[in-house]
Amino acid sequence: MSSPLIAAMTALFNRDMRLGIRNRGELASPLLFLVLIASLFPLSIGRDPALLQQIAPGVIWVSALLASTLSLGQVFSRDYDDGTLEQLLLSPQPLAALVLAKVAAHWVTTGLLITLASPLLALGYQLPADIIPVVMISLLMGTPVLSFIGAIGVALTVGLGRGGMFLTLMVLPLTVPVLIFASSMIAAAMGGQPIEGHLLMLAAILVLSLTLAPFVIATALKIGMS
Amino acid sequence: MSPMLNIQSLTFHRDQLPILEQLQFSLETAEVVLIQGHNGSGKTTLMKLLCGLLPRQEDFVVSMHGQPFDPNQTRDRALFHYLGHQNGLKLELTCLENLRFYQQFSGSQSGQSCQQVLEQVGLDGYQFSPASQLSAGQKKRLALARLLLTSRTLWLLDEPYSNLDLDGIALVDQLLRHQISTGGSVIMTSHGSFVPDVLPHRIIRLNHGRIEGVAQ
Repeated sequence: MSSPLIAAMTALFNRDMRLGIRNRGELASPLLFLVLIASLFPLSIGRDPALLQQIAPGVIWVSALLASTLSLGQVFSRDYDDGTLEQLLLSPQPLAALVLAKVAAHWVTTGLLITLASPLLALGYQLPADIIPVVMISLLMGTPVLSFIGAIGVALTVGLGRGGMFLTLMVLPLTVPVLIFASSMIAAAMGGQPIEGHLLMLAAILVLSLTLAPFVIATALKIGMS
Repeated sequence: MSPMLNIQSLTFHRDQLPILEQLQFSLETAEVVLIQGHNGSGKTTLMKLLCGLLPRQEDFVVSMHGQPFDPNQTRDRALFHYLGHQNGLKLELTCLENLRFYQQFSGSQSGQSCQQVLEQVGLDGYQFSPASQLSAGQKKRLALARLLLTSRTLWLLDEPYSNLDLDGIALVDQLLRHQISTGGSVIMTSHGSFVPDVLPHRIIRLNHGRIEGVAQ
């Protein structure tokens, strides 16, 4: 990679991080949403510790998925509205690399925060302390994939205006493999079974997303903008 | 000698409706071409096609100094600066932060600092003000300031006079003169009757996607 490319990626990442910090309300929204969804289940099905432990992997991951989806608009929609997306598309730097920087910033301001908040949810669902690292690892490896998949959806619908529902319908089914492997990994750890298989599958999905998704997003953006 | 930019057979349709039809014109080195036309005459479509924001539907030829010019190639994207209808500013960031971001992001340096550029567009004293606190005209000035941060041979300016007062219009003309004095060229649009106070310039009148007339 040439240095102008790294400078452009760094500038983009830093700007989006700064915007995330300036909009503290938006930064906190996915976290509050995550806690709210996760706390609804004990209220509706009771506080039986065995039952809560049993549903915890699924609840934590579905909450993380919905919280991550909630913040997808931050990735490109606002850039489209204010014209800064045009700067990205017209930059002499490869669009896929710039997209990678933007998705990375989105992940830090949503997925990473969700990962850091997950021990609270795990404790709330009375998961054993030795399961908490597994929950965090599953989110650490799975939430970047959610950001990548979400960004593909946003890129395709960016020019549609009210593409919110369409975006959700398009994005959620694509996240099912991550949801299955990540929640299965937590469930396996709770059952005392090996988690390496799930871990490797999550790693494979992450590597696939990291290498292919930026190019797909770049192409989708060009289609979405035209 | 080949013109700086030569455009031939440029056609664009949207939902079977012709937006631009067989446009043909050229731009010389150190020249301003003003595309004038009423709303819906195809000015913005033309600018977006030239900078690659809209896909080519039919084969048309754009060459720069006799060489094929394709804005989809990263190499050619480094040759021009496009300023669209939207200002391309982040309102949560200060004026200085907006310019610093663009300076670092674009990579191409003109040798001028962000502070100097802010002074040139009449925004000295606003460096630490969030862009959200600026008036529409000041936001336009901040967007125009980006032109001075990079050295690009071609400027594509879509309605640069919009939202500007008389001083702002004079500022645009000053920027155009700066670009011409450095050997650059400009294609700009206007729906009004503004004529840039810059020589040499040509006015191409666009009507329903066709060139209606050319004036010097």
